[in-house]
Amino acid sequence: MSERARTAARPTEEAAEPRDDDRPESSDDQPAEPATGADAAIAALTAADVEHVFGVQGGAIMPVYDALANAEAGPSHVTMAHEQAAAHAADAYGQVTGTPGVCMATSGPGATNLVTGIADADMDSDPFVALTGQVPTEFLGNDAFQETDTVGVTRPITKENYFAGDADRIGATVSEAVELAGTGRPGPTLVDLPKDATTTETDAGPEPGRLPTYYDAPEKADEAAVEAAAEAFARAERPVVLAGGGVVKADAAPELRAFVDAFDVPVVTTMPGIGSVPEDHERCLSWAGMHGTGAANMAISHTDCLFAIGTRFDDRLTGGVETFAPGAEVIHADIDAAEISKNVEADHALVGDAAAVIEQVHEKLDSRVEAADTSSDRHADWREQCREWEAEYPMTYAAPKDEPVKPQFVVEVADEATPDDAIVTTGVGQHQMWAAQYWTYRDPRCWVSSHGLGTMGYGLPAAIGAKVAAPDREVVCFEGDGSFLMTVQELSVAARENLDITVVVLNNEAIGMVRQWQDAFFEGRHTASEYGWVPEFEPIAEAFGAKGFTLDHYDEVADTLEAAFDYDGPSVVDAQIDPRENVYPMVPSGGDNSGFALSEEQL
Amino acid sequence: MSRRNGEAAEAEDAADADDADDAEDGANSQFADPSERREGLTGPGPDDRPRPAERRSKQGVRIDPEAEASHPARRTTISALVKHEPGVLAEVAGLVSRRQFDIDSLTVGPTTNPETARMTLTIEEPEPGVRQVEKQLEKLVPVISVRELGRDAVRRELAVLKVHDDRPAAVESVVEMFDGEVLDAQPGTVTVEVTGSSAEVDRAVEAFQRFGVRELTRTGTAALARGNEWTTHAEEERYERQRIDPRTNRATDQSTTETAPGAPTDDD
Ligand SMILES: Cc1ncc(C[n+]2csc(CCOP(=O)(O)OP(=O)(O)O)c2C)c(N)n1
Repeated sequence: MSERARTAARPTEEAAEPRDDDRPESSDDQPAEPATGADAAIAALTAADVEHVFGVQGGAIMPVYDALANAEAGPSHVTMAHEQAAAHAADAYGQVTGTPGVCMATSGPGATNLVTGIADADMDSDPFVALTGQVPTEFLGNDAFQETDTVGVTRPITKENYFAGDADRIGATVSEAVELAGTGRPGPTLVDLPKDATTTETDAGPEPGRLPTYYDAPEKADEAAVEAAAEAFARAERPVVLAGGGVVKADAAPELRAFVDAFDVPVVTTMPGIGSVPEDHERCLSWAGMHGTGAANMAISHTDCLFAIGTRFDDRLTGGVETFAPGAEVIHADIDAAEISKNVEADHALVGDAAAVIEQVHEKLDSRVEAADTSSDRHADWREQCREWEAEYPMTYAAPKDEPVKPQFVVEVADEATPDDAIVTTGVGQHQMWAAQYWTYRDPRCWVSSHGLGTMGYGLPAAIGAKVAAPDREVVCFEGDGSFLMTVQELSVAARENLDITVVVLNNEAIGMVRQWQDAFFEGRHTASEYGWVPEFEPIAEAFGAKGFTLDHYDEVADTLEAAFDYDGPSVVDAQIDPRENVYPMVPSGGDNSGFALSEEQL
Repeated sequence: MSRRNGEAAEAEDAADADDADDAEDGANSQFADPSERREGLTGPGPDDRPRPAERRSKQGVRIDPEAEASHPARRTTISALVKHEPGVLAEVAGLVSRRQFDIDSLTVGPTTNPETARMTLTIEEPEPGVRQVEKQLEKLVPVISVRELGRDAVRRELAVLKVHDDRPAAVESVVEMFDGEVLDAQPGTVTVEVTGSSAEVDRAVEAFQRFGVRELTRTGTAALARGNEWTTHAEEERYERQRIDPRTNRATDQSTTETAPGAPTDDD
């Protein structure tokens, strides 16, 4: 396929070249063909520097595909096996690059198959654009073949969606959709493109740089609020910085690092915030919440001043809100004003870009610290306390050599065997938690997972999107046996595109997270959570054209993983792990973070 | 099942695993010697560690643990200036239902500017909820400006009631009492109109109950800020900009031309 050739062959420099031709079909040496609405849609993507699109063909979107093929400098396309995977791949692409990932699908089932991926992008505020085909406008409302009210269906799960029924407006609309997806708090947008509009001639092209006014918000937070927040922070005796996914999205990791180092404060991340501060940093207590570390949960429970940046206080983080950081004066920095005091009341609201706001508070504190001559070991006792908690609650696991392999070990070995900038993607379940707990993340945009929606099957398509986004980085996908089966067909895409990714299936022959909850909360009744039979993943991988491996002994772990990482192309490791292993620590849903259980008996 | 227990299982050499472990603070070094077993998670259990005594309310507000948390709901009016385009009502209605906002009424209608419409929402929410309604509305792309109206805002609601005509004179006097109007009188029914604040309309409906209300429809509240005050922040600017251009006899607003591609754009 020519699309594939382009995906593989496109040199990165070429991609970085500025494109001034937002109307590719009007290049001088070629006779100008009449442009259509579809051409305008592709020209808008090109003008926005979109390099890759993930999608699946179909009747109503065919004109747009045709325009994509005709566009000279347009994006290349990765043909996915299922639209859900196209959406996840685009989502992961967006997470890794920080620029909108774009996917395409036809009307009806194509669009509805995208829905899970769109909802996922919405929950995790990922920059994401979907272009969907739609039946011709004259058929709309008639229940025509493959007609679904895509705009209606996706309204609650998009930042904004558009019905582009006028060929002359398609270019501008797609421009706005791409722009909006990546601006402010990122999120998914969708443009529904009826077939008559995409096939109508138009000379109206894209209009890059258009944004609805609300999203044209200032970067900096209100000075008076910053002053008050800095004052509260300076007063605090037990301060904690809580870094959310917003820190990653705002590329504010350097500012965060500078802040933490300058004021020597303990820092905790949320799950989406993993990597915003190196997990091996002296002050980093790793992530808090349901399966977070003991130290992180103790610190956020006992802090008297929580500087929370770019987090929406999800219930998996807070547990019961009644017991969340209950003694803390909360400084909440977020680019989205609507997040302020949504779940946890902010005593100080700093609406602005994370990097800008951290710097503002930093500067204010600098001047205050000098003025008040505050000694640098003002929080020495608190830091010592956090260190003690770290020592008291290490992330250990029992690993008797004569028992089945522990999943935590597999994760640790994989971490050791890969470079620091390796990207980890995951499915959803226990394996996701182990991948989050036992891998040491040192950089932002290395941890790519489905947080807010918790979508099983996210891992493999996300690995595809991540690899396309970062072809030179190692991409490791941890999947569960259940989760993997939800999108396993995408192995065909990885093989066809020859993507060098490694899927490690932490195979416990069960949908383990459910089994764990049944043991804890349903008196051990394993209804629909244990499989009587699980397919063999090694031959499955081979049948798809990937390389298959199996391991089930400690001795094999390192060698097998090395071999899989070394393999030049997609590989799958069926890591047969201890099916009884559970994820701890655990704060039961709605529970008190400081009451995390270390084992089932403590729940 | 595909559990493999072939040659690799016999391999004694765990050296590679060890290499991998060393950098891990020696955390996994027990694999050099399987007999050196490591513990699972350790540390003081939930009852043996310090726990904070403070509390937040269900709304996430820090509270005095002794005092009862109370954020009483209050009834208030929110006005939203929106783009007059298809789908806005669905978007706002969807937002309200999805976020479980407690609303009494939502009205929508035109404004002085042909490109905008006004939505008026009467809501009953505790303070944090009122702010959420405002901010979530503001986030919607077709929403231009949102404001909670003061208690002194001018609020009006209309009800049309159809009552049985057994006692026409009595109906007439209730109509007069509430400054209403008889819209239709037929053998069997009298249809009347009442306007007023929501509370006044409530009282009127109550008063008409004695005749037996056969059918009833109410509009929900329409409201404007009082006096010189603009109802929402964008209002004044919008009002200035929507003035008719004498040359073209068209509105001159530029910022909303996306909804009216035909509007002239050369004069700002
Ligand atoms: C699409 C979807 N369906 C159902 C769930 C509910 N769920 C959460 S975790 C889980 C088990 C996952 O099992 P598996 O992929 O085998 O991973 P494990 O927990 O065993 O590591 C299930 C069913 C979900 N998160 N997503």
